[in-house]
Amino acid sequence: MGESMFVQGNEACARGALYANLRFFAGYPITPSTEIAESLAELLPTVGGKFVQMEDEISSMCAICGASLAGLKVMTATSGPGFSLKQEAIGYAVMAEIPCVIVDAQRGGPSTGLPTEVSQGDVMQARWGAHGDHSIIALTASSVQDVFEITVEAFNMAETLRTPVVLLLDAEICHMRERLTIPDPGELHVVERLYTEVKPGVAYHPYLPREDGRLPISNFGDGHRFNVTGLHHDIWGFPTQNPDSIEYLNRHLYDKIENRTNSLARWKEYYLDDADIVLISYGSAARSALQHVFDRRLRGERLGLLELQTIWPFPADLVRKKTAHARRVIVAEMNMGQLCSQVKTAVEHPERVFLANRIDGRLITPENIARCIRLIDGRGF
Amino acid sequence: MSIHRLIRPRFFPHIWCPGCGHGIILNGLLHAVDEMGLEQNKLCMVSGIGCSSRISGYVDFHSMHTLHGRALAFATGLKLARPEVQVFVPMGDGDATAIGGNHFIHACRRNIDLVAIVMNNRIYGMTGGQFSPESGQGTMATTAPYGNIDPTFDVVKLAMGAGATFVARTTAFHVKEIVSIIKKATMHKGFSVVEILSQCPTYFGRKNKYGGPVEMLKWYRDNTAPIGSPKLKDNPGLIERGIFVDREMPEYCEEYDKLIARVRSRS
Repeated sequence: MGESMFVQGNEACARGALYANLRFFAGYPITPSTEIAESLAELLPTVGGKFVQMEDEISSMCAICGASLAGLKVMTATSGPGFSLKQEAIGYAVMAEIPCVIVDAQRGGPSTGLPTEVSQGDVMQARWGAHGDHSIIALTASSVQDVFEITVEAFNMAETLRTPVVLLLDAEICHMRERLTIPDPGELHVVERLYTEVKPGVAYHPYLPREDGRLPISNFGDGHRFNVTGLHHDIWGFPTQNPDSIEYLNRHLYDKIENRTNSLARWKEYYLDDADIVLISYGSAARSALQHVFDRRLRGERLGLLELQTIWPFPADLVRKKTAHARRVIVAEMNMGQLCSQVKTAVEHPERVFLANRIDGRLITPENIARCIRLIDGRGF
Repeated sequence: MSIHRLIRPRFFPHIWCPGCGHGIILNGLLHAVDEMGLEQNKLCMVSGIGCSSRISGYVDFHSMHTLHGRALAFATGLKLARPEVQVFVPMGDGDATAIGGNHFIHACRRNIDLVAIVMNNRIYGMTGGQFSPESGQGTMATTAPYGNIDPTFDVVKLAMGAGATFVARTTAFHVKEIVSIIKKATMHKGFSVVEILSQCPTYFGRKNKYGGPVEMLKWYRDNTAPIGSPKLKDNPGLIERGIFVDREMPEYCEEYDKLIARVRSRS
């Protein structure tokens, strides 16, 4: 085991990114994500990487796309208002299949909302923030150690599938300090970029996926000159309005992620084997949900927790399986039921699914969840 | 001719209207690149959205056709990640000075080694003839049916004020000047802005009764003059052409490399 330190989630994210070989970060100050930029401004040059503070959120997202095409592993970090501004270029990264990681440290919204207080209100924006049909990966974490590890996963998924990956953290996790133990090199798997084996001078199709859906790349500045565009394009990267090419690309962008829903699912589970009440939660809310499960287990009650670390693509099969024998399914989250609505579509008995939420900028507590469950059980508030 | 090695024939015919000035600019750029003998695998072009931005598809460079107004932001990431490549950033007038205005001034300020080419035809052509920050008061456009009341940006003054270390202007009429200025801008270490006044006979010309492409090109011939020329002295109201700024300043990527070396020497 490597070095241990007592750090914020934001610093764990920065260190996880470096473990995954991040070499370029572009960002703009915004609470509660700023410490990620501050950490990387300090750490990236020590490994020969570059941090750049851009003129705004939009250009930060665009700059990482440019740097990624030049061959570097890239990331940006932001919060609600900045996440909104980045959506145009996130859509570009989806369309042009540019590997990148976007951290959204969720705070209360809408609009400027609550800069320093927690929320989980960006679940749907992570999925559908960019216009047009597409799919996307979004991951969460509920502890500082998990932030480190899921950040490495985010890079691995982005590189494997050449897609933007959203790290959907929240203000509590980002600012909370806990022990972080940095894994030794090699302890966590790190996926490197897949390069084409086509030799320079031989025809290279930058947008022709292999049979497994992966798309070998060539760096800007290397031996293959090709076109990258946000327009619908053919296997050469040339703009096209051919209906077959358009449909092929739309399906490819959607299927390369949705067809892998099960293998992309990351989760943690506690006491699910005999649980008749299953809590589903994620991020900082999952810490309170787990505490409530512990409290009730001490009284001999059969509660369990499914903590989702992959939010998108939504792991519907996993949720259905893990809740099959539950009398009640309680989704604990800090929004108006953005994930709860997904759970309802996944399970066989949506009438057994209830929301336990808190939307006042304060962390949902085990007592909040306990009271919701009492009410649902008809035992008063 | 050897400039054919620099284009992608598969992309042609181009989408520009007959008489459009953008093809002349492409031609000038290709000759400039050819004459400099730059290594083709080190050539990159990053463009935004609009008529002008389609230029990146036609060149056989590493090419990125990005988002409206954002070309300089993408190019900044690319250049920082790989400083040894030569990056050309052609933009339209609305692209560079309206939706991309913030990126434009900050790229000037940063002095990063990019060649920004503003293909200024004073109109949004791709969307059918709306006024831009370059159209000018009194001009007609589909969104200024009673005449445009919006004052203009002067691209050269804007770039100078924002700190660009190479600033030049020419027109689609002055083809040889396009070649020589793009060569100088490319050799310049730092952020270069080249404004090239281009003609849009389809929208700007027709709406404003400027005539066809030939008349519009003649207008640029008759209404511009080289900096410091007798013609300009006699007619101070003419549009100045030439190199306004060419000065040495620390370049951003080089400064970043120094920063990294300084940090790494400590540890």
